[in-house]
Amino acid sequence: MNKQESIIKLDEHLETPTLFGFGRGRLITIVVMVLLLILPIAAWYMGNKFYLDFSARIVCLAIAAVSLNLILGFGGMVSFGHAAFVGIGAYAVGIPSYHGYESAWLHFPLAIGAAAMFALITGAIGLRTKGVYFIMITMAFAQMAYYFFLSLEEYGGDDGMTLWSRSDFGFLNISDGLTFFLLCYALLVLCVYLVFRIVHSRFGMVLRGCNSNEIRMKALGYNTYAYRLTAYVISGAMCGLAGALIANLQDYITADTMTWTRSGELMFMVILGGAGSVFGPVFGAGVFLLLEEILSAYTIYWHLPFGLLLILSVLFIKGGVNGLIRRGWRL
Amino acid sequence: MSDVLLKVAGLKKSFGGVVATDDVALDVRLDEIHAIIGPNGAGKTTLITQLFGEQLPDAGNVYFKGTDITRLPIHKRAGIGLARSFQITSVFMDFSVLDNVALAAQAHHGDSFRFWKPASTEIELRTAAMQALVQVGLDDRAARIASQLSHGERRQLEIAMALATDPVFLLLDEPMAGMGAEESASMVKLLKGLKIGRAILLVEHDMNAVFELADRISVLVYGRVIATGTPDEIRTNAKVREAYLGEV
Amino acid sequence: MSTLFLIQLLNGLQLGVLLFLLAAGLTLVFGIMDFVNLAHGSLYMLGAFICASLTFLTGSFVLGVLLAIPIVAVIGYFFEVLIVRHLYESSHLDHVLASFGIILIADTLVQLSWGPEGIAIPLPDYLSGQVEILPDIIFPTFRLVIISSGLLIAAGLYWLITYTRLGMLIRAGASNRTMVSALGVDISSLFAGVFALGAALAGIAGMLIAPITEATIGMGNDIIITAFVVIIVGGIGSMKGAFIAAILIGIIDTLGRSFLKDILEMFIESASADTAGPALSSMLIYIIMAVVLALRPQGLFPPKVR
Repeated sequence: MNKQESIIKLDEHLETPTLFGFGRGRLITIVVMVLLLILPIAAWYMGNKFYLDFSARIVCLAIAAVSLNLILGFGGMVSFGHAAFVGIGAYAVGIPSYHGYESAWLHFPLAIGAAAMFALITGAIGLRTKGVYFIMITMAFAQMAYYFFLSLEEYGGDDGMTLWSRSDFGFLNISDGLTFFLLCYALLVLCVYLVFRIVHSRFGMVLRGCNSNEIRMKALGYNTYAYRLTAYVISGAMCGLAGALIANLQDYITADTMTWTRSGELMFMVILGGAGSVFGPVFGAGVFLLLEEILSAYTIYWHLPFGLLLILSVLFIKGGVNGLIRRGWRL
Repeated sequence: MSDVLLKVAGLKKSFGGVVATDDVALDVRLDEIHAIIGPNGAGKTTLITQLFGEQLPDAGNVYFKGTDITRLPIHKRAGIGLARSFQITSVFMDFSVLDNVALAAQAHHGDSFRFWKPASTEIELRTAAMQALVQVGLDDRAARIASQLSHGERRQLEIAMALATDPVFLLLDEPMAGMGAEESASMVKLLKGLKIGRAILLVEHDMNAVFELADRISVLVYGRVIATGTPDEIRTNAKVREAYLGEV
Repeated sequence: MSTLFLIQLLNGLQLGVLLFLLAAGLTLVFGIMDFVNLAHGSLYMLGAFICASLTFLTGSFVLGVLLAIPIVAVIGYFFEVLIVRHLYESSHLDHVLASFGIILIADTLVQLSWGPEGIAIPLPDYLSGQVEILPDIIFPTFRLVIISSGLLIAAGLYWLITYTRLGMLIRAGASNRTMVSALGVDISSLFAGVFALGAALAGIAGMLIAPITEATIGMGNDIIITAFVVIIVGGIGSMKGAFIAAILIGIIDTLGRSFLKDILEMFIESASADTAGPALSSMLIYIIMAVVLALRPQGLFPPKVR
């Protein structure tokens, strides 16, 4: 009994990824989460609706980034096609809506299910390969999804489609900006918590093990392919949820959501926030969108500093991005 | 004669004309340490990869407890009781020592498609892991991150991970590699205690350790087994002296 | 039908050789330096824009191309020396992020220098006409020029890799980097040179297509993915695989876009074919990629040593 107690006690000193990052990071996380909730609501009370929509955008993209982080940060799978899941989730709202089915209880399960299905099929093929192959294959499949939706003339094709009314939750009216924001926020908290539970579970340990040393995992008896694929599907499904929210946020759906620039931006959010913690991507999404908002107010050429930032961070952060992932930001 | 656990017959593998494994036959029995020695390039690594399914042989078979496992996928081998340590230290560097071993134990304690309960709260896994750590004498390092361990400690961790899967057959790929004299001595002591109830295949360059540990030794030269026997037989074998020991 | 088929076959071949020019550079850079260059498409775009400016400056498209090629090669060279060189030891994730950054910068710089509109490149009269290649089959001269210059370059590359010392180094470097440096070859200038060569090839592809499509911002970002599909299908690192897969993908994509709808109409009612045709043909090459990967994860012609 004594031994077991000491085993459990021991764990308190271990640096495993935490919900809130490490040390001071925990404080920052809580502050960020509270500000993300309070500020937009305060602004809204004072009659400024812009910040509410803007924060909702941060929250929606944060869900997508958190989902990507599960496979990129913890599973080591470099997916450069995550925007496809966002797009699929969005069209899962737009297409039924166009045909007159407006229930959120149809839209959201459909978004999650369709994204999961796409993840299952593309993942089953892509995960048979490794490294560079996987990066390019995820890109290629995302491009396929992009062209597919672009070719659907009935659903707007190039022009995209307008969502005439938001998903109908029955008791919740998400056409109201505040309600919608709160819904997104609640779902974000749920997703962060879900990923937190997953990465600490047995499954999460295996997933992180596969990232760290796949050959060893196989020798230990793990069918690494099955675990990776499962994580990929979970991630895709969660990202589909983000897509459904984004469709409702913009009231407009376009295949442009799926271009690989979008996937790159999601990746950047994950890395910016420090992929070592579950919460990091939320921070990353916030900083990225703020940067975009501020820079693009000054110049239409804001991609220039953004690109420079990317290159410099890869060149000059010790150990590159992987080092960053391993160390976390250690705030 | 005790039970033969692992048996290799007629194993052949060549790479573009170069024969790496040439008609190899050997067996490993319960409660014994069977060592494989041979000069560099003798084909030891290639042989191991075929035993563990990382490469498929061109011909020949590998049997475990009488079942042909030549083509069994890597990850299924652990399930029937095969485990290995790696020549190049192959632990999860970002994990704590205890997590490393717990992850190994987890592979053989129930299903790992469990998404909710934190693995660190599973007493069963932690206890099994701790036992393995005690066995290799690394229990006082349990909370360290693996990357902070010394080289010798990582080699011990390797073995603890293999032990945590409760193996019947254990392959140790150069467990003493890169160790100082003191570390080697404690490793020899550790390995001696492991063979009861198991079969151990030991691939090692440290001849002192091999001759002290092994019950039988097979000598591999240019992909061929040129002799198999007790340490004394090998020491006096003329072919071995000529082909191998002469070179040392 | 058969006339149209032949013409589309030629169009497919034209797309195929362009894809090969892009895929060849990717293959060289990836095969030898193990570097994933997403920004390869930016060199394609730069080639088109630089060629456009030089064409207007000199008044001759041919002169524009001839002058633009070394310029793009030099850009590629500096690209390697300034950024890529420092990333060989890094992970593929770093490669991807850095080259993503380069794409953003290249797109913005092009917009700053040339403005947001596309630029059409005028062709000289002797290139802008049409020729009757077979009785009743009329084909634009310039497209024939693209096909033949692409095939010529492919032959040149084959010669370079098979018979020259540089090619020997390239082949050796792909299989064993340490060995090449042990041979006393200055590996860093070899890498920079190969990168410049890859850049020039991508640039040429951009210059060749620009008179047909205009030089536009981001023109490389779509075709580069098709080039990825090509090297995935061909087997990453294999030049032969890149060539065969490029031609195959070019032809299949073009034929699919022109005939898939008609073929579908034979089986399903035409209204559904109207929807399914374009959807299916836009996905065709990706479906092929998926099938190839499912059957042969290493691609059709995986390089022998890796």
